[in-house]
Amino acid sequence: MDLRPRAHPTYLAFVVHRVSGLLLALFLPLHFWALGSAISGEARLDGFLRWTENPLVKAAETGLVVLLAAHLAGGLRVMALEFLGWRKRQKDMVAISAGLALLVGLLFLLNVV
Amino acid sequence: MAEPASLKVSVWRGGEQGDFARYEVPARANQTVLDVVTHIQRELDPSLAYRFACRVGMCGSCAMTVNGRARWTCRTHVRKVVGADGELELRPLANLPVIRDLAADLAPFFDKWQRAQGRFQPKDAPDGAVPEDFVVVPPASKARREADAGIECIGCAVCYASCDVVAWNPDYLGPAALNRAWTLVNDVRDGAHGDRLDAVAGDAGCHSCHSTQSCTERCPKNLDPSSAIAGLKRRLFWDTLLGRR
Repeated sequence: MDLRPRAHPTYLAFVVHRVSGLLLALFLPLHFWALGSAISGEARLDGFLRWTENPLVKAAETGLVVLLAAHLAGGLRVMALEFLGWRKRQKDMVAISAGLALLVGLLFLLNVV
Repeated sequence: MAEPASLKVSVWRGGEQGDFARYEVPARANQTVLDVVTHIQRELDPSLAYRFACRVGMCGSCAMTVNGRARWTCRTHVRKVVGADGELELRPLANLPVIRDLAADLAPFFDKWQRAQGRFQPKDAPDGAVPEDFVVVPPASKARREADAGIECIGCAVCYASCDVVAWNPDYLGPAALNRAWTLVNDVRDGAHGDRLDAVAGDAGCHSCHSTQSCTERCPKNLDPSSAIAGLKRRLFWDTLLGRR
């Protein structure tokens, strides 16, 4: 694929929105499996939760939070364009969405470390 | 950056199947990409096919893919787009059939303007007759400002060639046709709003747009087709929800 015609901020925002949505969809079964393990016994859930204390899992969790925040902020940006007609300053809106997503990730990281 | 003495120009030759031919063109001050193509055709290879008419950014005939991006070549200065060693890569517009060399076939593009009901249909004279009186449209009214925002389209197809949704779904009406439809939906004199909204509501219409905004990014007239499409989506959403359709 030729990237030259696609190298602009709103295209990047579109890609981030799509990819974050796909990755979150892939994560969902894992999430439901973890919740489901609570039904099959307290010990099993506790074991899983102890495993999530692993720093690598925490790092992955931070990535997940950033993905979720990016998908939410990107979605709000598109809805503002489509429902409110905010046509001006689209690139600033992309930058604000990205900043919000990273800020949420940072706040999460500050809380878990 | 020091200007190179000559430009190394790769030009697409052939139809859908073809290859690049390489030409060396003298670099000049204030040279446009269209000047370069014209030099090749007049001085180096008269068999080169390309299209232009006005040379002043009004007719929308001379759009091509320049170093990967769709541009109007008559208003694109070489120094703004040339590579470090004086390279230029010229191809016909993407997402359209290639007639030959740099000339793309714009028929599918304009067919979609027709499908999107892109023609004015006077409310007071549905049979095409001249209305009896002038309609007063206040310049500051919201509808007039919305119509003004998209009315300067020159039909160059740069947005159409830059749109990934057109590449993914060949039936998709594309940014220019939808921008035209939005302009007419905001024209208070027009009487075909219902048919037009039906025409742009289908699977190949405005709801297919993913708001990548390449159309807005690349439009040489600085129009905003992406927002026009968003306007159509908004209008259709509320009209459907409130039972106005």
